[in-house]
Amino acid sequence: MPLNLNRVSMPEQESQERRHNFKEVNLGLTPELARAEAGRCLFCKKPTCIDGCPVRINIPAFIQAVLDNDLNEAVRRIRVDNSLPGICGRVCPQETQCEQTCVLNKKGAPIAIGALERYVGDYAIRECLATECVVAENGIKVAVVGSGPSGLTCAGELRKQGYSVTVFEALHELGGVLVYGIPEFRLPKEAVVQVEIDTLKTMGVEFKTNYLIGKTLLLSDLMEAEGFAAVYVATGSGYPQFMQIPGEDLNYVYSANEFLTRMNLMQAYKGDAAATPIFVGKSVAVIGGGNTAMDAARCALRMPGVEKVSLIYRRSEKEMPARTEEVKHAKEEGINFQFLTAPTEYLGTPEGAVRAARCVRMELGEPDASGRRRPVVIPDSEYEIQVDAVVVAIGTQANPIIAQTTPGLEINKWGYIVTDEDGLTSIKNIYAGGDIVSGAATVILAMGAGRNAAQKIHEVLAR
Amino acid sequence: MYEIISKRLIAPAVWRHTIKAPEIARKRQAGNFVIVRPITGSERIPLTIVSSDTQAETIDIIFQVVGATTMDLAEAKSIQDIVGPLGHPTHIENYGRVVVVGGGVGIAPLLPIAQALKQAGSRLTAILGARSKDFLILEDDLAPISDELLIATDDGSQGQKGLVTNALKPLLDKKAVDFVLAIGPVVMMKAVSELTRSYGVKTMVSLNPLMIDGTGMCGVCRCKIDGQTKFACVDGPEFDGHQVDFDNLTRRLSMYHAEEKKRKEIRS
Ligand SMILES: Cc1cc2nc3c(=O)[nH]c(=O)nc-3n(C[C@H](O)[C@H](O)[C@H](O)COP(=O)(O)OP(=O)(O)OC[C@H]3O[C@@H](n4cnc5c(N)ncnc54)[C@H](O)[C@@H]3O)c2cc1C
Ligand code: FES
Repeated sequence: MPLNLNRVSMPEQESQERRHNFKEVNLGLTPELARAEAGRCLFCKKPTCIDGCPVRINIPAFIQAVLDNDLNEAVRRIRVDNSLPGICGRVCPQETQCEQTCVLNKKGAPIAIGALERYVGDYAIRECLATECVVAENGIKVAVVGSGPSGLTCAGELRKQGYSVTVFEALHELGGVLVYGIPEFRLPKEAVVQVEIDTLKTMGVEFKTNYLIGKTLLLSDLMEAEGFAAVYVATGSGYPQFMQIPGEDLNYVYSANEFLTRMNLMQAYKGDAAATPIFVGKSVAVIGGGNTAMDAARCALRMPGVEKVSLIYRRSEKEMPARTEEVKHAKEEGINFQFLTAPTEYLGTPEGAVRAARCVRMELGEPDASGRRRPVVIPDSEYEIQVDAVVVAIGTQANPIIAQTTPGLEINKWGYIVTDEDGLTSIKNIYAGGDIVSGAATVILAMGAGRNAAQKIHEVLAR
Repeated sequence: MYEIISKRLIAPAVWRHTIKAPEIARKRQAGNFVIVRPITGSERIPLTIVSSDTQAETIDIIFQVVGATTMDLAEAKSIQDIVGPLGHPTHIENYGRVVVVGGGVGIAPLLPIAQALKQAGSRLTAILGARSKDFLILEDDLAPISDELLIATDDGSQGQKGLVTNALKPLLDKKAVDFVLAIGPVVMMKAVSELTRSYGVKTMVSLNPLMIDGTGMCGVCRCKIDGQTKFACVDGPEFDGHQVDFDNLTRRLSMYHAEEKKRKEIRS
């Protein structure tokens, strides 16, 4: 049989229409498209796609189930390794994971594994498939700190083993970055994230919002007074970094977290109907090249009155860490990419609002520690661009609160929690995982760490 | 949901709410604040915890109705979300002769710190400033703990007429001050800090920038302290007044004035 290289393309909202709304861009595969795509799979004897998956989902097995139109089986196959297929199918960087190692990638047409995973995930969400596993409580209490993908996953896995699980979240909403960071047009909140959380509630996981652990209760309170046998810390790495260049404290220079929190969590995108305002003006510059930068740029573009959004990145397109699909979507929507460019200073109006970004051009020099070529400033290349708002999306650090209030908790020199490979910290029965251990990474890795820790916690507590 | 146990109007448009919040009441120390979201859909705003009662498991907050969120808070029967206690508690020690300076509703966050300083053995002078007699709050709480209580009102309706700095200066001239704590409008904290700088008297201020999460996640609360960027919610809210860039704070506080005005009009 000749190879079928007609990779399915994801149906999506037309770019000029979607740049004016916050509705989901990707519409999802139809059953026909999904089965046609599944039919392209070669079902390799040694499936290299699995090697590309950080949690080693049995990809051919779930694709076979899609082909057989047995979606319950497909869900079961994925859930062995991944609790949140509807989310990961949408946000994983498949092009550097499973789809990169798919043999058909050599021919330029890897199986659209991400789109298929989302297809299966959406089915699970529609049919509320996880509620089948409501297990009686075994009376042993485990606490989870942080309700991002890592905490949610750990909570779900422990609940399935019978533990009484309580998730403590600092914010008033659950979901971590899935809710306050990633925008609606990429990951619908009510239709996807909320359903996953509601499923956990149905399974009996208890959620407590407005608990900043380290302040409201200490980790030691959880272990002692509150009677938890173990704790999983999954607090993310949501502490914004700035470049420390002049003018960064001008009005309307935002961290990406502030910008996206106002937009998503506080719903500023609803305009006058929202209590929490956001000012974007006509011309916005976003600094950075990751998913966060893409999300901020595309949110800004969707605001009424915005005419131009520039994305300023100091390396070239090839080095950009953002998902390929996000870059493609951003380009189609009309984001103005300025590669090999970096801001050196922001200039303000007499009232203190930012009015311009002074930038320099860069060229790529020798590779640095990360293996990417280091950008070097081209002399005398300075120029200014006029802006009404700037979003700084150059990365995040570890939040210091838990480390400051937990004596004996070992952290590394960047403030991230140190664990062994089981996720165990320097304190007995306190585990940690996700971005607070790895540094800013991905949803799938955070989720994987949550599952891993849940298993270890179960092994230790069951003894 | 957090129950509001009692509400009192303590000055024109200034409310004192007592709220049931057991964990916060237990953990709270002088200088801590909370982030409050009065109702679903409202903004998150920071408010200092004025007092707490571990028996009744309550905390008190005092706020002035200035915009849509504080209107919601004044009218609420219960509060949707409160998180805390946030920020570093005040460093308390016996500083010797202490002057606490409070302006307007800034007297509310001042009170618990004044109490703690007094308890640590400091000799306490309180200088309270207000627009007029009617707007002066918490005088009755500060009087019994103060060795000396001075009042300054803009219109002279109570105490001296004029600014709190006029009341502070003679004490500094007498070399009768070892430590100053000032909380109130930015202009007041700036004026006090500038005055004490020339006398070399250590001065702490409590900053009130815009905040969203209060946990170090968004960076909107960033302030310039001695040329460095600090997040008021996790690094503060108290800083050395001689190192604070107050003009920067004033500017950043004005960021949403236009939007707030519009919102208030829609709301009322
Ligand atoms: C804008 C943006 C876009 C992204 N896009 C992608 C993408 O497309 N694909 C991808 O794979 N990854 C993406 N990422 C990265 C991904 O979201 C993170 O790696 C992942 O969310 C980390 O999960 P986590 O559970 O470790 O932490 P988080 O999701 O950060 O959750 C941590 C939670 O803990 C809470 N918390 C923190 N401290 C405390 C405390 N002391 N007490 C109680 N609660 C606390 C926080 O409020 C938060 O809710 C993106 C990140 C951002 C910011
Ligand atoms: S209020 Fe968001 S970081 Fe301080």
